[in-house]
Amino acid sequence: MDLCALTISEIHSGLGRKQFSAEELARAHFERIEREDSAVRAYLSLSPERALAQAKKVDAAIARGEPLAPLAGVPIAVKDVLLTRGLPTTCASKMLAHFIAPYDATAVERVEAAGALVLGKTNCDEFAMGSSTENSAFAPTRNPSDLTRVPGGSSGGSAAAVAARLAPIALGSDTGGSIRQPAALCGVVGMMGTYGRVSRYGLVAFASSLDHVGPFGRSVGDVARLLGVIAGRDPKDSTSAGVPVPDYPAAMEADVRGLKIGVPKEYFNGLSAAIGDNIERGIDRFRKLGCAVKPISLPHTDFAIACYYIICTAEASSNLARYDGVRFGYRAPGFSGLREMYQKTRDGGFGPEVKRRIMLGTYVLSSGYYDAYYLKAQRVRTLIARDFLEAFDDVDVILTPTSPIPAFKLGERMDDPLQMYLADIYTVTASLAGIPGISIPCGSTRDNPPLPVGMQLLARHFDEARLLQAARAFERAGGFEAA
Amino acid sequence: MALTEKDVRYIAGLAHLELGEEEMRKFLPQLDAILGHIEKLNELDTARVEPMAQVTYPAAENPALRADAPEPGIEQSDALANAPDQGAGCFKVPSVIEKD
Repeated sequence: MDLCALTISEIHSGLGRKQFSAEELARAHFERIEREDSAVRAYLSLSPERALAQAKKVDAAIARGEPLAPLAGVPIAVKDVLLTRGLPTTCASKMLAHFIAPYDATAVERVEAAGALVLGKTNCDEFAMGSSTENSAFAPTRNPSDLTRVPGGSSGGSAAAVAARLAPIALGSDTGGSIRQPAALCGVVGMMGTYGRVSRYGLVAFASSLDHVGPFGRSVGDVARLLGVIAGRDPKDSTSAGVPVPDYPAAMEADVRGLKIGVPKEYFNGLSAAIGDNIERGIDRFRKLGCAVKPISLPHTDFAIACYYIICTAEASSNLARYDGVRFGYRAPGFSGLREMYQKTRDGGFGPEVKRRIMLGTYVLSSGYYDAYYLKAQRVRTLIARDFLEAFDDVDVILTPTSPIPAFKLGERMDDPLQMYLADIYTVTASLAGIPGISIPCGSTRDNPPLPVGMQLLARHFDEARLLQAARAFERAGGFEAA
Repeated sequence: MALTEKDVRYIAGLAHLELGEEEMRKFLPQLDAILGHIEKLNELDTARVEPMAQVTYPAAENPALRADAPEPGIEQSDALANAPDQGAGCFKVPSVIEKD
């Protein structure tokens, strides 16, 4: 049996029947990482001591005949923007290269309380800023489907780890698509819950009105289970919502007949056939499942990138002001005076994309420009959110491509940041509206080797169960291998 | 929209960034292109649209307030553990007040 190819329920049935132990699961994953990850580079650091100690605890509980916790013995990869007590948390930045987190993020605490084994921390774009994981200060991660291509980003390491079977599930963060887009490009399932659904305590802040923590998995069931563990009110995050968390693994099995799916025409303008044909086949699959598919319009879609890149850079410029070489992180050598220390530290500690966004954010917030940019963007954000609320008067779920393009070659888009930003067009809208979204594999391109294509499903605030239900029906009806 | 080198230097100063010559050459046209795209928002008349300052959906019960009771926080030694320079339980920085 390949211990690295199992779902959570397969892991639990194997542990229950004593076919393998949690320790064997952890060791099998570390061996595979040792063998495969020099090519993929999904991980920045590994935590074998922590994972094996936890595995022994799980095995002891099983030996005592205790019931299995929801993630008992399940290995997990954690994006390196989530704090892990006693372990490095670098945000893939030189600024935090030697930072050891003093506490655990709530999401990390919850998965470990549910029995998960933290294998290590995964690579990403520096401070989660990017769409390719090439902005990592350490090394780019490669797409397991084609090692000459990017895995997407910013949670590219988590997506690649799951796709390459270097972990069955992973945690990522999504600000403008950073879970959904790499999930699409790597051919796995990735989900962003409603804003407030999952605590961000211990997530290094990028853009606070947009940041989310969320799950990756190879099946809808695994994502449903992981979301169920991390979701829910956390007193340590005042933005986390006190909305009850349904039993997602049970809810996802509900019948989808009669489900109303809206397809927004704005998401198909100029879409390449490589993506569009797969999405069309995916839509047909939903029709065959008895769903009612209808065309809808989200008229402000075209303004989303401009709106998003004002708001996220403004918030980033403020959040990243804390990296000044005083309390933690990198401090540049050779300065005279405090101001020069700040400047040299920030200049040497941040990479080009982070600086670019700090510059842009500082500009749009600077004296005389606030109304023209930030306030304007907040007003447009209202219009984008309103588009969705109105659409959900008529439909239960909105279906779109996740990304306008499949995985691109390393280096291909690095010199043109605007082109890189425009690739986020289908994911930033839900982030701005605060609604939940999921990306599921939906066929592949005719490239050699073929590249995964992702389909995005969006739903009303706190209606994650509906997304999982639609995604699960899609998976059950034909699997993720061929759409 | 035409951003000048002077603008970029000014913004870098506000952001406490010390950009080198090469970065300056690269950033100027890139920032200008992004700001050019952002101009697109002016096509929309938003005079009567409220800004979205709160993302948490109104229907969500959001008990953001808690009892104002003291709880143990992070230990001083943990807080200082990642400091580049520290002493006497404090973060150390270069002198701020200059001597005559």
